[in-house]
Amino acid sequence: MVGIAAWGAYAPRLRLSRKAVTDANAWVAPNLRAKAKGERSMANWDEDALTMAVEASRDALGADDDRSAIDALYFASTTAPFVDRQNAGIVAAALTLEKAIASADVTGSQRCGLAALGQALAAVQGGAAKRALVATGEHRRARAASSQELDNGDGAATFVVTADAGAAEFLGRGSITDDFVDHFRGADGEFDYGWEERWIRDEGIVKLVPPAIRKALENSGLSASDITHFCFPSTFAGMSASLAKTVGIAPEAVRDNLALTLGEAGCAHGPLMLAHALEQAKPGEVILVAQFGQGAEALVFRVGDGVEDARPTRGVTGSLADRKVEENYLKFLTFNGLVEWDKGMRAEKDNKTALTTLYRNQDMILGLVGGRCRETGVVQFPRTRISVAPNNPAIDTQEPYRFAERRASVLSYSADYLTFSMSPPNHYGMIVFEGGGRIMMDITDVEPGEVDSGLPVRMVFRIKDVDEKRGFVRYFWKAAPDRGVLAKNNALAAE
Amino acid sequence: MAKGIRDKVAILGMGCSKFGERWDAGPDDLMVEAYIEAMADAGIEPSQLDAAWFSTHVDELGTGKGGTPLSIALRLPNIAVTRVENFCASGSEAFRGAVYAVAAGAADIAIAVGVEKLKDTGYGGLPVGNPGTLAPQIIPNGSAPGNFAQLASAYRAKHGVSREDLKRAIAHVSVKSHANGAKNKKAHLQKAVTVEQVLNAPMIAEPLGLFDCCGVSDGAAAAIVTTPEIARALGKKNLTMVKALQLSVSNGYESQYNGWDGSHFHTARIAAGKAYREAGIERPREQISMMEVHDCFSITELVTMEDLFISPEGQGWRDVLDGFYDADGGLPCQIDGGLKCFGHPIGASGLRMLYEMYLQLQGRAGERQLKDPVFGMTHNLGGAPASNVCSVAIIGQEGA
Repeated sequence: MVGIAAWGAYAPRLRLSRKAVTDANAWVAPNLRAKAKGERSMANWDEDALTMAVEASRDALGADDDRSAIDALYFASTTAPFVDRQNAGIVAAALTLEKAIASADVTGSQRCGLAALGQALAAVQGGAAKRALVATGEHRRARAASSQELDNGDGAATFVVTADAGAAEFLGRGSITDDFVDHFRGADGEFDYGWEERWIRDEGIVKLVPPAIRKALENSGLSASDITHFCFPSTFAGMSASLAKTVGIAPEAVRDNLALTLGEAGCAHGPLMLAHALEQAKPGEVILVAQFGQGAEALVFRVGDGVEDARPTRGVTGSLADRKVEENYLKFLTFNGLVEWDKGMRAEKDNKTALTTLYRNQDMILGLVGGRCRETGVVQFPRTRISVAPNNPAIDTQEPYRFAERRASVLSYSADYLTFSMSPPNHYGMIVFEGGGRIMMDITDVEPGEVDSGLPVRMVFRIKDVDEKRGFVRYFWKAAPDRGVLAKNNALAAE
Repeated sequence: MAKGIRDKVAILGMGCSKFGERWDAGPDDLMVEAYIEAMADAGIEPSQLDAAWFSTHVDELGTGKGGTPLSIALRLPNIAVTRVENFCASGSEAFRGAVYAVAAGAADIAIAVGVEKLKDTGYGGLPVGNPGTLAPQIIPNGSAPGNFAQLASAYRAKHGVSREDLKRAIAHVSVKSHANGAKNKKAHLQKAVTVEQVLNAPMIAEPLGLFDCCGVSDGAAAAIVTTPEIARALGKKNLTMVKALQLSVSNGYESQYNGWDGSHFHTARIAAGKAYREAGIERPREQISMMEVHDCFSITELVTMEDLFISPEGQGWRDVLDGFYDADGGLPCQIDGGLKCFGHPIGASGLRMLYEMYLQLQGRAGERQLKDPVFGMTHNLGGAPASNVCSVAIIGQEGA
């Protein structure tokens, strides 16, 4: 059956306290105090829609780094780092997918995440693809003291779509396209420009979403009462319950839209809610996920017997649990480029990227691929013509060797207050990998005092530098504490 | 095996500029300052120089590439000038070139000059360099203190030393060098400090505070070398002889192969072993009279005491706290203040270390003079612990 074989999700670890935001802005926007509830996910300075989508995709694909079965990739986002450089290509390189795959960036509307999923399902149904990866990610910027700043969240979700999917069977889709401009962001626009909320709700969502849902149900051969999980992202209170009532979906089917825990992650939010539903649903239950955006998109799935086996390591459940509350609103503004701050002269260095060098070393830089000597088995990074093995510097014996999914730990480190960092002090150190190899690299998602020799770490795909002069984003891998291993170690120590 | 350099070359004269924040001087002025002193000490004319080696590391700051900056500043008589660069060990590299030229018989008298003008950046610390096109896409956004600070975490992990004990030991390293630097009028930093000051200083790169880091200084140093025969013919007595000159360079073992533990310098151990053999030294802890090591950071000096086989592995921190390396200790180290207080104009530092050993061997170190030194050792590092070049040189009394 065509459907979802696996899924993964990612929300950044930082959660911005909404109260911290409304307290800071109360002098200018006292009305926002009503929104001072819960927290929103907040990308670290080195995360964006693309890096989060890579993390969600790794969660979906699992620890096995043989990804040669994937033959199509869709990357959906309205906040992708590049307008003209295929973002999906960067995702593919980070995941070390094959070169001979179809790929596309899907964008332009808040429903583009579900649209990409719909396209992938159609491609597999039609036989154009056998195993498609649909990665969605969003990192929306909003003006300081706006309600969007409080409503938005950052996150990503990924699905693997196949013809023999065990997690969820695809039943039907409904799409409505209508140029209802609730908000827009022009090609060079920094922020969204939105119209009156009451109009968006009453003339937009209320009128355009139900036809999409009805069409999806009709195509599925189901009635609204068959739906056991209804996923619909909206920042309007009670919107999904009211839509459920309109179309006849049972009130208990309406799912938590994660507004209080993550905020709304744009085009990735419908996918995130779908992932969350899959993590909690039982075989046989029916999920309807819909999202609004110059029309609407609705997809219906029946949960399969293989859903348990397909459950990802992290998922939405794990992402919700792995959180660190950030009370410092200024840090959020700084990370999002909303404060002109004194970075010091050390930040004046030119970050121009040599594109020739980048391409020549693509698998190393974007895929964290090193080498393994086929004679000695010695593993090293980077791959070189002459092996580093001290007793056997064999020549031209190295085969590509992927480091990204290998467990690792810190050999030595420092927390550097001198060098420029978007989040000082900059942590970095020598990381040694199980199975061999070592890389001196940046360490991210840590606080001073958290790192020491022996700390278990995992690799994460992150922004390395931003070339603000030319608008280029440079990516590489960093080490982050492997909190799963840490938790296990702590549990063992407690016994 | 090669016979080595022992006793083939003598130091004819040396010079060293005042180190520090030389707002008054450009690289040319600094080179001239060191050159005039060295030439007066050697007692020769420019026409007697056959060849020159010139070391400078940071060419982005205006000293320039090639041999011309030296030749023009000193108005050399159109002789060969070779610019060398080997990170912070560039000065030792210039000395090596000049010594080898004399030993080979290609030059009768050769000069090595090292210079660095660092204080034209507008900010503290070393200049942010240009690492090329590949490195910035993968290496951490770091600094020299951050790279060297990593020795501390690995040393603690390997030897089971507590954060507090290690921090106290490295504080003593700096306190000792400040006490020595206070007796050196050419030093950048000439004030004594207390352990409390060091421990409470602002953090630069964990666990290194401000006083764990050496001075970032402007300066130049020069050495003129010749054969012992020519030196004697020029009327020199009590010659200071080159006993060993070794350089070991990382090949990726530390940074790419899972063998190195991060707590020491692989190259330093190799260079030191070779240097002792070349100089005929069997018991360095007893035989070496004094040394100037590459104390770019206090932790570097501490682990170096073990890498040079002076302190037993894992025990260097105890020797430091026991005062073994103090001016009145068993093996005085950084008697001129070291990089810590004399300062660290990169391209000049290796020559500056030799300058102090030379003055001591000649009995001309004034207030800092040690009693009857026989062998002086210099240890000059470049790069970072995981990838570096390490020079070890030994000079000593004629006949020793």
